[in-house]
Amino acid sequence: MSTTAESPKYTAKDFSSDQEIRWCPGCGDYSILKQVQTILPEIGVERENVVFISGIGCSSRFPYYMNTYGMHSIHGRAPAFASGLKIANPDLSVWVITGDGDALSIGGNHLIHLLRRNFDLNILLFNNEIYGLTKGQYSPTSPEGKVTKSTPMGSVDHPFNPLALAAGADATFISRAMDRDPIQLRDVLREASEHKGTSLVEIYQNCNVFNDGAFEVFTDKRTKANTTIFVEHGKPMIFGENKNLGLRLDGATPVVVDLEAGEFSIDDLWVHDKTSRAKAGILMRCFETPGAGAYGIPRPFGVFYRENRACYEDLLHNQIKTAYERKGEGNLDALLRGSNTWTIG
Amino acid sequence: MENTNLKAPLRVSESKKEVTILFAGDSGDGIQLTGSQFTNTSALFGNDISTFPSYPAEIRAPQGTIAGVSGFQLNFGSIEIFTRGDRCDVLVVMNAAALKANLDKLKIGGAIIANIAGFDKKNLKLAGYLDQRNPLEDNSLGKYRVIEIDVTKLTREALKDSTLGMKEKDRSKNMFVLGFLYWMYNRELAMTEKFLQEKFAKSPELIESNLAVLKAGYNYGDTSETFTTRYEVKPAPMPKGTYRNMMGNQAVAIGLVAAAQQADLPLFYGSYPITPASDILHELSKHKNFNVRSFQAEDEIAAITSAIGASFAGNIGITASSGPGIALKGEALGLACILELPLVVVNVQRGGPSTGLPTKTEQADLMQAFYGRNGEAPIPIIAASSPKDCFDTAFEAVRIAVEHMTPVFMLSDGYIGNGAEPWKLRSASDLPKITAPLIRKPNAGEAFLPYKRDEKGVRPWAVPGISGLEHRIGGLEKEDLTGNVSYDPENHEKMVKLRAEKIDKIALSIPLQEFDNGFHTGKLCILSWGSTYGAVKTAVKEMVEEGYAISHIHLRYIFPFPGNLEQLLSGFDHVLVPELNNGQLVKIVRSEFLIDAKPLNKIKGLPFSSLEIREAAEKYFV
Repeated sequence: MSTTAESPKYTAKDFSSDQEIRWCPGCGDYSILKQVQTILPEIGVERENVVFISGIGCSSRFPYYMNTYGMHSIHGRAPAFASGLKIANPDLSVWVITGDGDALSIGGNHLIHLLRRNFDLNILLFNNEIYGLTKGQYSPTSPEGKVTKSTPMGSVDHPFNPLALAAGADATFISRAMDRDPIQLRDVLREASEHKGTSLVEIYQNCNVFNDGAFEVFTDKRTKANTTIFVEHGKPMIFGENKNLGLRLDGATPVVVDLEAGEFSIDDLWVHDKTSRAKAGILMRCFETPGAGAYGIPRPFGVFYRENRACYEDLLHNQIKTAYERKGEGNLDALLRGSNTWTIG
Repeated sequence: MENTNLKAPLRVSESKKEVTILFAGDSGDGIQLTGSQFTNTSALFGNDISTFPSYPAEIRAPQGTIAGVSGFQLNFGSIEIFTRGDRCDVLVVMNAAALKANLDKLKIGGAIIANIAGFDKKNLKLAGYLDQRNPLEDNSLGKYRVIEIDVTKLTREALKDSTLGMKEKDRSKNMFVLGFLYWMYNRELAMTEKFLQEKFAKSPELIESNLAVLKAGYNYGDTSETFTTRYEVKPAPMPKGTYRNMMGNQAVAIGLVAAAQQADLPLFYGSYPITPASDILHELSKHKNFNVRSFQAEDEIAAITSAIGASFAGNIGITASSGPGIALKGEALGLACILELPLVVVNVQRGGPSTGLPTKTEQADLMQAFYGRNGEAPIPIIAASSPKDCFDTAFEAVRIAVEHMTPVFMLSDGYIGNGAEPWKLRSASDLPKITAPLIRKPNAGEAFLPYKRDEKGVRPWAVPGISGLEHRIGGLEKEDLTGNVSYDPENHEKMVKLRAEKIDKIALSIPLQEFDNGFHTGKLCILSWGSTYGAVKTAVKEMVEEGYAISHIHLRYIFPFPGNLEQLLSGFDHVLVPELNNGQLVKIVRSEFLIDAKPLNKIKGLPFSSLEIREAAEKYFV
């Protein structure tokens, strides 16, 4: 990958296919598509080495709109297709496009196994907390009590916390971004693409038809500063309209502090350490609905956790290499012959 | 010179053309090992041979019970052998349960070799003999020749100087039985001696004890005056050449590797463990230095979808399973069909439905292979006829998949998957090359059309990594040529027909059907497929020799059928289709050719005997 950031070989347009985009007008998917097409020229990957693999759902139409190699596969199974693809050719830049239903309901099994095996690829999990393509049933990330077509009296399902689930599967890169914050989304995507291992990027995505405003409290300019925090490695956790609020760790409990009240200063704040599994765990659990007013725990965004661990495809190909070294290239005649033969005549 | 060996009893040596032995005992008795050792030694001696192990479904079912009985049947002879043998000449039983479970498989007048230590009160009770009545003592075995040996006691005696514990000593009692049978059939011990030395290389004590017991068993036959008859089974008139023993599942794996080598492509094997297909995964995992990438997936769906992902990237994607696993793969099979990527799916069938009879054999997944998908999704089907035929069938499955850009079903079953027979060695240079339709540059001026077909109806295989061939494929209906998503009604019908035509045209690349036996016209033609081959062949061979107007056609290619099959079948008054199911191929043949083919069904988890085939066939001649 010799192309440098200074002289990109491609523009975003080079990654755009000639297919008409069929998402609903106003869908959050448009922004995600645009940010992905924007960062790909920057990360210096050859277009012919890029493969997008998706499952089923609105988000899974994504590969059709990318001028790369792509496969729109079957519901929930994109991680398994991607695993085979990556074993077959570890040099490819592989992107799994999935949604909350695809990845966490029908495909939950494949997701956790992909994460533990740590293939070097990126998962973009479009979370809109609803089944959009089937016209509005609750999803495994819908909050309890959610009223939908299939839950007229409210959902009684307890929702998944996708990032905590990923941590439970020993994911090596855990992050969250949102469609309506393109700058942060691009930052997270860039870092995900750099990470060697499976990078999980949960992206809050607004379904303006069946679940409009699900994340409005995090995206609305009037509330965003107090309800969200973008975490950066090595920096204290500051948020609030006037950067006047901070997160402090009281033991293992995050607490919101007012930096203007005089009791606590920046030096008392929780400094984000993405290498700490324990602290990332606390961050992932900052998941309650933001409280009324300014003093609820904000919803964190950014890269929560990053760890280096060997990738499955490398370990597998190392074994193949070792087998070649030990036994030499396979001799078909010897294989056909086996160890015990006898001759007649 | 004067013969001083006056003590030696008078020996009678009887010559036999064909012998079937069934070894049976507790699943911990080393039955499979005993059977496979006798097999290897007899194969090396030059007999033709066919074997059939049967295991209990539980790993360690309660000792001494019927549920825990493990068996290994082998049929060997100085003539050509096609089946495991209908009924046994010799039944070796290590305990009462083994006798009770298998007595019905013994010929009248056959020999029972019984370890009397396995017939004590406890064993009789566990085996369910009423009032612990001992069948060895109550004259109920009058129709058979019973040879009672206290194997346990004699084994312990042979090891009286050994420092091994009693449990370990008893574990080698299978070697006593093996040694005795080697004596009975005039076999040399050398091959088993070598095997024991290799198996227990790390434990000289175990080599010594097992060798001692093996020899004790042999000598017991030699010196005990009880046995006056030894048998001679001369080498079979096999074609000249070098042979090895081949198990069905092993032959599948080796056939797949050979095909990948001949296609010059890496082999990706995605698999989830399932009885009786797991041995394919075990075998392939050993051959990494043939660029085999074996992947034990998290489930059956991931096994096939990872294989499709690998095929997209230019590997030969392969998966194998048995019925329940194949059911889970159904949706992905449809995808492979519409994507038009190479994929081989091996189904080592077992008794169904559902979990069914995991360790028993059946042919009841043919309809599943034919129709088990949503939408119009034709997938070629080929079936192996015997353990060694698994090699050629697997090779052919890869050829069709790669050269025709399609998923292919290869059907095997538990009987041939676990069975073994001698295989005449092939050399790599005798195997055909397989040509993949790989494409490296655009095929329509500057543009690339991923679904532009050649004269066989086959689309090009464009692998990620090639500039200018970037394209998207998926499960939505695609526009002809471009592969772009299309909901156009005319286009959908056209694509369904194009995909079907491509499969139909495979018939042009396969050999015409030949008769296995008999004339081209006659009263009855038996049409068989899969593992019934040996039983049908044996029955028809006998009947043809006796002058019956009977013929035999055995199918490897089930979908599409060979182009001349209909014409061949039209030469007969009757067509009989024996199957280990409730009638599946017969329905396909009837609907395809509008002929009054008749079913012959057996659904007991067991192969046909040739006698069963013969009895059914004879009814057409009365």
